[in-house]
Amino acid sequence: MEHIVIIGNGISGITAARHIRKNSDHKITVISGESDYFFSRTALMYVYMGHMKWNHLEPYEDWFWEKNRIDLKKAWVEAIDFNKKKLRFSSGEPLEYDKLVIATGSVYNKFGWEGEELKGVQGLVSKQDLIELEENTPYTKKAVIIGGGLIGVELAEMLRTRKIEVTFLVREQAFWNNVLPFPEAKMISEHIASHGVDLRHNAELDKILSDDNGRVKAVLTKDGEQIDCQLVGLCAGVRPNIDFLKDSELETERGILVNEYLETNIPDVYAMGDCAQQRNPIGLRKPVEAVWYTGRIMGETIAQTLTGNKTAYEPGNWFNSAKFFDIEYQTYGWVWPKPKANEQHFHWKHKTEDKAITISFNSETNEFLGINTFGIRMRQEIFDLWLNENRKIDHILANLKLANFDPEFYKSHEKEIFKSFKNNLQQV
Amino acid sequence: MSRIEHNMSLTGDAPASINVQQKLATLLGMSGLFILLLAALNINFPNKILWLSISLLSIFAGIVWFAKAAYTGKHPGIKNDGVWFKLMSSRGYLAWLAGISLTGFYVILYFYPEYIGLRAEGDNVGLIALFDPFSKLLSGNPASQWFVYGTLYTIAIAAFGIKFMWKYRHNRYEKLRTVSVIFFQTAFAFLIPEFMARLNGKGFSLPYYDLKNIWPLNYYNFEQYRVDDFISAGNIGLALLLFGIASIFIITPILTYKYGKRWYCSWVCGCGGLAETAGDPYRHLSDKSLFAWKVERWVVHSVVVFVVVMTTAVIYSYLGDDASKYWLTRDTFLIGVGVFLTLLFAAIWYFKREELEKDARYGAIGYLAIVLSLIGFHYMSGQNLFLFNAETLRQAYGFLIGAIFSGVIGTGFYPIFGNRVWCRFGCPMAAILGMQQRLFSKFRITTNGGQCISCGNCSTYCEMGIDVRAYAQKGQNIVRSSCVGCGICSAVCPRGVLKLENGSQNNRINSDEAVMGDNIDLLDLINQKSK
Repeated sequence: MEHIVIIGNGISGITAARHIRKNSDHKITVISGESDYFFSRTALMYVYMGHMKWNHLEPYEDWFWEKNRIDLKKAWVEAIDFNKKKLRFSSGEPLEYDKLVIATGSVYNKFGWEGEELKGVQGLVSKQDLIELEENTPYTKKAVIIGGGLIGVELAEMLRTRKIEVTFLVREQAFWNNVLPFPEAKMISEHIASHGVDLRHNAELDKILSDDNGRVKAVLTKDGEQIDCQLVGLCAGVRPNIDFLKDSELETERGILVNEYLETNIPDVYAMGDCAQQRNPIGLRKPVEAVWYTGRIMGETIAQTLTGNKTAYEPGNWFNSAKFFDIEYQTYGWVWPKPKANEQHFHWKHKTEDKAITISFNSETNEFLGINTFGIRMRQEIFDLWLNENRKIDHILANLKLANFDPEFYKSHEKEIFKSFKNNLQQV
Repeated sequence: MSRIEHNMSLTGDAPASINVQQKLATLLGMSGLFILLLAALNINFPNKILWLSISLLSIFAGIVWFAKAAYTGKHPGIKNDGVWFKLMSSRGYLAWLAGISLTGFYVILYFYPEYIGLRAEGDNVGLIALFDPFSKLLSGNPASQWFVYGTLYTIAIAAFGIKFMWKYRHNRYEKLRTVSVIFFQTAFAFLIPEFMARLNGKGFSLPYYDLKNIWPLNYYNFEQYRVDDFISAGNIGLALLLFGIASIFIITPILTYKYGKRWYCSWVCGCGGLAETAGDPYRHLSDKSLFAWKVERWVVHSVVVFVVVMTTAVIYSYLGDDASKYWLTRDTFLIGVGVFLTLLFAAIWYFKREELEKDARYGAIGYLAIVLSLIGFHYMSGQNLFLFNAETLRQAYGFLIGAIFSGVIGTGFYPIFGNRVWCRFGCPMAAILGMQQRLFSKFRITTNGGQCISCGNCSTYCEMGIDVRAYAQKGQNIVRSSCVGCGICSAVCPRGVLKLENGSQNNRINSDEAVMGDNIDLLDLINQKSK
């Protein structure tokens, strides 16, 4: 029986612990300084908006951990002695391990802006960030959000439920246009603005100004405009949370470098989840992926490896989802914001409702490459199959109904989409 | 704008309180209720039809106006902002006030109808008298407390149903379902039985019969006075009696096989109708713990046994009375019940044993043994069937289950325990349909591969206390006997993970914890390992 120590009780760490327990009798310790129990980080926003209470974020009841002999340790790891296989907590206390799994997740980016340490300037990644946001809320009539990504739009939605005026600075010409094709990005931008958000495109932060008490009073944009505010949301992406490993012999770059088996350069030390960086990127995926399901798959993979069945991490076809205020978004396969060479995009948008799809396909072979859907739910299983079978776009459009996952009685748009595609092609 | 300073307990200040229109709508609705209160206090209104109309219309219009002011002008979409901050929906002061008032109303309704003016001799007074002209208009008879209740119940389902449709106006499943419950309440539960009463005359008397209210929810359907009425009312009566029997043994099994129990519990049933409309603001209050699920299974199935035993005893008791009237004899009936229960048990045991949890097996064997041995004991000793006299059993069931459980606790405590306490823990009909839904139905909630982010909206807003997330995050279909198919888990899911579907029974229950994402090799590996 080995002692497996997992740093981080997020989705990766907890998934690994659960699957190690399923397959073995190893002693398992999960360390977190953030929270007593595993919670769904993705749902932090719903607590602030009053949709849920904190305990609803916890997928397992409190008795679960003891029953499954998963030891939980609430502490921050300060340093790791990889030679002696020993951790040191910030309290000074040590802990020895046989196998170590690092799953410390992300922290939000700060790019060295002037004033980024002021009171009222924060991101939203951890439980502590949410508590800080609650503390900042009573001071806040007006907020400025920096960075047009998924956390930015969530923070905007959260603050709007508390009747806080929000100015949203986005570097691109439309929301998330570095990921979404322009027509879709524009639709989302319009939707965000319709929720009373002052959305500024092509806008960047220059510096953050302080009042006499060290609290934010305004931001200055690169255009020289001053926007008064009492809260600044730093939502310009996240980065691996690995600062505590900086001066160790563990090889890191942006994240902790791992091979396909999630092994680091040090024997018996593994890394996974948001904090891991693939030495050799998998498919077209980025080497660091802060995505819920990849964290889960890594946890499952590492549990296999640690229980005697060495397994490579294979996340499969890319997919993801998000929600922008009221518009649900799903994506399967790759749809780039601008078609690459030999790629073509087919866009369809509903006349009145916020529903749209974009299909990317190879303009020479007609092979289907990926789909973005807005306001229409799709079945992952089906698109996964189609991607694996290298289906052509004709097949996708002819069988789109098979992939529909909307609730019963919803209006279907497959015919319209099919027609629109045919007409567009004739025009081309 | 001023803000209240609050603590670190991760609760915030509520999204701004109600707007001016909502305040006016509250005034209108409350003034309608006030008229009813005055009537209950024995104020004798001169023009009863006029005052009753003003009152009921004010209540209805107040609710609808309130809803319109709350939802129109906002985007279609999920409207759960501040649910856990508002006193009314988070077990705050207003919730307790509402709970206590409703409970008090039910106590008076069930046990002290004379306090609201019911008179056995002479004309009704007070609140019930206010409803007399309306009742006479419909059925020709003076009002009873049940007529008052039925009227208010129908108004509640209709008005809060409209509110619900506004709230979920982006969701056609929810809208159609709500039109359906409003229709069945208004037509089947309220109007048709009143009109049927008009047909009654000399020698022809149909019992009050809400056709969609099926035994065992309608636990009194086969009591002697009703069966006698049915039989004496000729072909129509006989048809109704046969319909009542067919409902539970033929019609509901077919529909439940095709659509799951939702066709009844959240599309047709009156209890479900009230829970889904007036009770909707309280759906998140249901208990999701594993312990609650255990309690639910034992309690609700015990109620099924109780109602079967009680009904058997009651029918048995009157079958002997008059051999010329009933072709069924006591012995045939009792042996028939014994054989039916044994066959039912044997069939489930033979075909579905693997799907039963350990406690379900113990429970089923235990209850069957008790029921059969009591029948045997009765034959050997000549004692009362099931030890107690049938009338005692009937009264006990009516009091404990019919009044206290379904009314006082089930509805009165909406704002505290959630809106489906009765349906989840008490309703024998739901339990029977649920057993079938679990073991023999095409219905399931499908999960969408690896898209689940474990956020917990589905579990939080499940009125039946099902931990939907526990299944969704493993990619398992949700096949649970308690699921009433309200569709809200699917509606509140931010990632499009859940879909209510009727499909093939193959792979309906996928119990292996699969590796998520689409890592096919790994998935196969784990499946092989677990076999």
